[in-house]
Amino acid sequence: MTRIFGHFIAQKDDCGEHLEIGFSPTSISIQQRWRTNGLSADFLADYLTTFFPGDDRAAAERQAELKSAVSYVANELLENAMKFSYAPSQHAISIAMYLAADAVSLYVTNGVDPHAVAAFQQTIERLLTENIDTLHMEQLTHADGSGLGYLTMLHDYGVALAWKFAPSLQDPAVLTVTTMARLSI
Amino acid sequence: MDIIHNDYQVRYDATTATVICQGSFRLRGTEEYAPILQVLTAAADTKPATLTLDLRMLRFLNSSGINMLSKFVLHVRQYHATQIVMKGTHTFPWQEKSLKNFQRLLPGLQLEIE
Repeated sequence: MTRIFGHFIAQKDDCGEHLEIGFSPTSISIQQRWRTNGLSADFLADYLTTFFPGDDRAAAERQAELKSAVSYVANELLENAMKFSYAPSQHAISIAMYLAADAVSLYVTNGVDPHAVAAFQQTIERLLTENIDTLHMEQLTHADGSGLGYLTMLHDYGVALAWKFAPSLQDPAVLTVTTMARLSI
Repeated sequence: MDIIHNDYQVRYDATTATVICQGSFRLRGTEEYAPILQVLTAAADTKPATLTLDLRMLRFLNSSGINMLSKFVLHVRQYHATQIVMKGTHTFPWQEKSLKNFQRLLPGLQLEIE
């Protein structure tokens, strides 16, 4: 059963340039894999800036800001996917970046633990319905800081977040979640 | 007390009461950040009049790192006699976006972004 949270724009509707990186579920340990989060996020961010050319100061500042935002958002999405990916599902983790005239969208997909879905969806409901400023402050002062990655994207970067829970195309018994993060340009 | 890693470094200069953070903080969760938090809180526990946190060479900070810095700021909040100065740079745009949040935790925190 497919369930959508937020204004999820399916990848196929968001045509234009795109780039995708996939991670095999069992190839390396999470400790080794962790390092690839930063490498992948920075690669996507560097790649993106080639689409915003210009030699003047304003263009350079815009490039730097966009690069920094994509680097942060992609890294957080990958960290979450690595942390919460459900190993028994054997589902690959993927990150895709789509470019449109007015926005950059990142999509990260991973397998989810069926027993953890309800709690995750409750967190999502809070992110989508409650006051972001209040939630952000709450999590900054909270010991475990869970959800601070999403809240930083929403609060500091003005990112639009949405989620799609759906059975895997390869194995319908496996549940996957795709997180969409859309940055306006 | 210093931490030297391939991807990041944390140094404490006791003579100027300054903690300098460099590189990229992409560590995994509270446990991995504990040694860095330890350096910061130990510096604060000496209760200097001013404690400077120099982040001008910190290229990247993930959300677990933001959480760690929040814990540090909340720790210093108990020492009313210590003023925190956070130094940042426009070179790394994340600093302008995220460092000001720490002032909400500690309104007396002085943020200098150059």
